[in-house]
Amino acid sequence: MSDKKSNKNSAGAHKDIDEVSGVETTGHSWDGLKELNNPLPRWWVWVFIICIIWSIWYFVVYPSWPVPGGATEGMGGYTQYKELEESQAEIRARQDVYLERFENASLNEILNDPELYAFAIAGGAAAFKDNCATCHGTGAEGGKGYPNLNDDDWLWGGKLDEIHQTLTHGIRAGGLDTRVSQMPAFGKEGLLTRDEVNNVVDFVLSLSHPHQGDETHGDVPQEYLAAGAEIFQQQCASCHGPDAKGKHEFGAPNLTDAIWLYGGDRETIFKTVYNARGGMMPAWGERLDENTIKQLTVYLHQLGGGEKDDAPVLIPATAEEAIEDNGQHAEPEQQPAE
Amino acid sequence: MRLWGDKLAMFTFWGYQAFIVMAALGYVTGVTQSKEYAEPEWYADIWLTIVWVSYLLVYLMTCIKRKEPHLYVANWFYLAFIITVAVLHLGNNVSIPVEFMGTKSYSAWAGVQSAMIQWWYGHNAVGFFLTAGFLGMMYYFIPKQAERPVYSYRLSIVHFWSLIFIYIWAGPHHLHYTALPDWAQTLGMTFSIMLWMPSWGGMINGVMTLSGAWHKLREDPIIQFMIIALAFYGMSTFEGPLMSIRAVNSLSHYTDWTIGHVHSGALGWVGFISFGALYYMVPRLWGRDRLYSTKLVSLHLWIATIGIVFYIAAMWIAGVMQGLMWRTYDDMGFLSYSFVETVMAMKPFYAIRAMGGILYLTGALIMVYNFWRTIRGDVSAKEQRTQLQGATA
Repeated sequence: MSDKKSNKNSAGAHKDIDEVSGVETTGHSWDGLKELNNPLPRWWVWVFIICIIWSIWYFVVYPSWPVPGGATEGMGGYTQYKELEESQAEIRARQDVYLERFENASLNEILNDPELYAFAIAGGAAAFKDNCATCHGTGAEGGKGYPNLNDDDWLWGGKLDEIHQTLTHGIRAGGLDTRVSQMPAFGKEGLLTRDEVNNVVDFVLSLSHPHQGDETHGDVPQEYLAAGAEIFQQQCASCHGPDAKGKHEFGAPNLTDAIWLYGGDRETIFKTVYNARGGMMPAWGERLDENTIKQLTVYLHQLGGGEKDDAPVLIPATAEEAIEDNGQHAEPEQQPAE
Repeated sequence: MRLWGDKLAMFTFWGYQAFIVMAALGYVTGVTQSKEYAEPEWYADIWLTIVWVSYLLVYLMTCIKRKEPHLYVANWFYLAFIITVAVLHLGNNVSIPVEFMGTKSYSAWAGVQSAMIQWWYGHNAVGFFLTAGFLGMMYYFIPKQAERPVYSYRLSIVHFWSLIFIYIWAGPHHLHYTALPDWAQTLGMTFSIMLWMPSWGGMINGVMTLSGAWHKLREDPIIQFMIIALAFYGMSTFEGPLMSIRAVNSLSHYTDWTIGHVHSGALGWVGFISFGALYYMVPRLWGRDRLYSTKLVSLHLWIATIGIVFYIAAMWIAGVMQGLMWRTYDDMGFLSYSFVETVMAMKPFYAIRAMGGILYLTGALIMVYNFWRTIRGDVSAKEQRTQLQGATA
């Protein structure tokens, strides 16, 4: 890029020419460093000027310079609020196709309308991932203390209106309509002695492990189990039911299956009986709008374990899986998948 | 010639170390004013101000009593760095201590003004410390190592003053689509675009300094370090204006693209020009004829370059993917991805990023080993042999 022309122009008496490039230096030397007197690269100057011109054009079109009482507004009428409104309107237009019909439809009607059903699943899936996945997991698989929502094992009921109620008002979330129950801390509060707790734990374990007493399941004497059974009927059956299959009105889990909210090993069950449990879920009605709650209800209902509603379902649900699911889970005594 | 004020120079050095200790103690004990790059509380800020003024004094007095009549371009950049960092530091850290024996203070700035001052500070810390300061180093070490005059005096003047003038305006591009008024966003963006060529002036001047000595780029890994540094400098100072464009920023903001951008600058430009300068200085400081091994310099160069490429390519892909996932709506108007899904999608890229970082660190350790042997006065046996053969041939 050495420019020979500049040499001619700046020819002087004491010019110092760099031998390698043939370009004149400035004559400066600093710690042995010299400077060539090359001109500015043409393209560099031009691109710089173009950037400046472009910026000036931008100043004219967009709000840019502060002036007394505000700032120049620009000829394009741009504000970031307008941009936001435009992109929100675009999204709203997509939802508006369904939204009015969705708002007026009951949960059962949604289940039987292919379009609204698909809309509910899409909205429910999005809302679930943003709000519910933190505790219940992105696949709704749950975790310790947070129920798996894919199965048919429901604490507070798996019918559409029951799910809707739980979502709206939460569990132990305060408020008049929230789901509330309190398991006593049998050991801690002295309702049962440690031995009695042990007996009832053995009994509860035997419900889901029918071969208790054989080689695989250890050796618990029959009299302990009998004692445990007696305590269970006195202390636990009122909520968990005489058959220990749980009761939705108390959020009391079924103790005869293999699904455990806090863990099904002996030590954990002992802790559960001794100290009691009581999870909490926020009242989502305070945070999400009714449409989103409805979408979530339908979404959760179809995840795998939705129970049939009392109201008759007029037309079978759209997706074939949904039909099968409804059929499958209609039987309340069904053994869980796990 | 010596620095002016030996004792003050020592104070500057140890005072700055003390500041780093104060800042680090603040980090680990939770004493912070919660400002990015300006976490230390008022007591550390005041101490840094004293140290910085002594730094400026040593620098200015050394310049004043210099024996050379000329002030070289590297000195302008250094002076700009020292003065502007002082101004930024004072501006962003104005605060009122609220405890007599405690550390807590409240910033004098609030709300969007605070955000604007924070990014005026933050962006120009990059501009005047990591750009101007390191351009100063570049302007000294490239001509020295290449043994060539700097390419264009005029370019150095024009790009210096345009850089200094324009850089200071660009901060608002960190606050696109926030409570910052539209007009301030526009100014930040346009000045960032105008900053492109002034930034590139330094790259052109550095690379073209090799004209007439291009063979050194093939032979000398130290020159290679410096030129790759300028390549990364040019790339990230092109990427910066690009990302400052509001429409681009709506995709890139808050994503790992930004992380990739700063690391191409930090690892590529700042790191490599520093490595080049260190390779130049260490043998001279310890009075050795040469480095222990030039091959190891070359190894460091390639391991570190591959490391950066892994690192920033992973962050680009992860960032663009993250930005696209955040803004994807389905046909029914619902967000397609949750935040946690974007995090899960980035996992493989974080693994690649970690691998890139490990490579970069490995390169630096190779350099440390090379310096250790150099300082001991060793020369790699193989390279000594080649050198002797070269001498006898």
